[in-house]
Amino acid sequence: MDKKKPKKVFVQGAIPPEKIANSVANHQSKTNIGAHSIFLGQIRADEVDGKTVTAIDYTAYEEMAEKVFHEIREAAFVKFDITCAHIYHSLGKVNVGELCLFVFTSSAHRKIAIKATNFFVEEIKAKVPVFGKEIFEDETHQWKVNG
Amino acid sequence: MKVTIKYFGLVAEAAEKSEEVLELNGELTALELKAQCLESLAIADKESVQIAVNQNLNDTITLKDGDEVALLPPFAGG
Repeated sequence: MDKKKPKKVFVQGAIPPEKIANSVANHQSKTNIGAHSIFLGQIRADEVDGKTVTAIDYTAYEEMAEKVFHEIREAAFVKFDITCAHIYHSLGKVNVGELCLFVFTSSAHRKIAIKATNFFVEEIKAKVPVFGKEIFEDETHQWKVNG
Repeated sequence: MKVTIKYFGLVAEAAEKSEEVLELNGELTALELKAQCLESLAIADKESVQIAVNQNLNDTITLKDGDEVALLPPFAGG
């Protein structure tokens, strides 16, 4: 496995739904896998003071973010008996209804894959220096904060 | 000594810049530099701004020449 190699996580703009299907297809030759677990983050049309979010514009401290993504991967491979793990996160503008985060883990058994995916999502939200500007329909904005 | 300051998200917006190089005189911790950089900025919750020195979160470290200091507002990934 190539689990030690740092991987490119950021993609410009929304993550196309086709990427999920392609990722699944790419793992069908790995017959030691018995379960995939997938998390997809989608931009929600939140309403704040009567205004509706239409998009989030993501920026990041990219060098540090890539390093932290790598550390999270390393920790996940130590903690869970997973076969592989893939993370993709958007940069730039992603409209409501589009995908901004794709976490994909595979294992021999479902419970491990599900736990690993959950670990990735929580770690990413807490530790990766990504910033989100929520843009409203009138072009005003507010800064998103992870709860 | 010179340090590079990087601003992100709402901090970059308030500072109206994303990066600058500052010439510092004497010893300064990351936290002291943060206070100095944010002093004149209209940021409601300055406590929530974290500091990374050379890409590691750390506010107690004493800065040295060539350091890269990043001022990071709350994370919003995912």
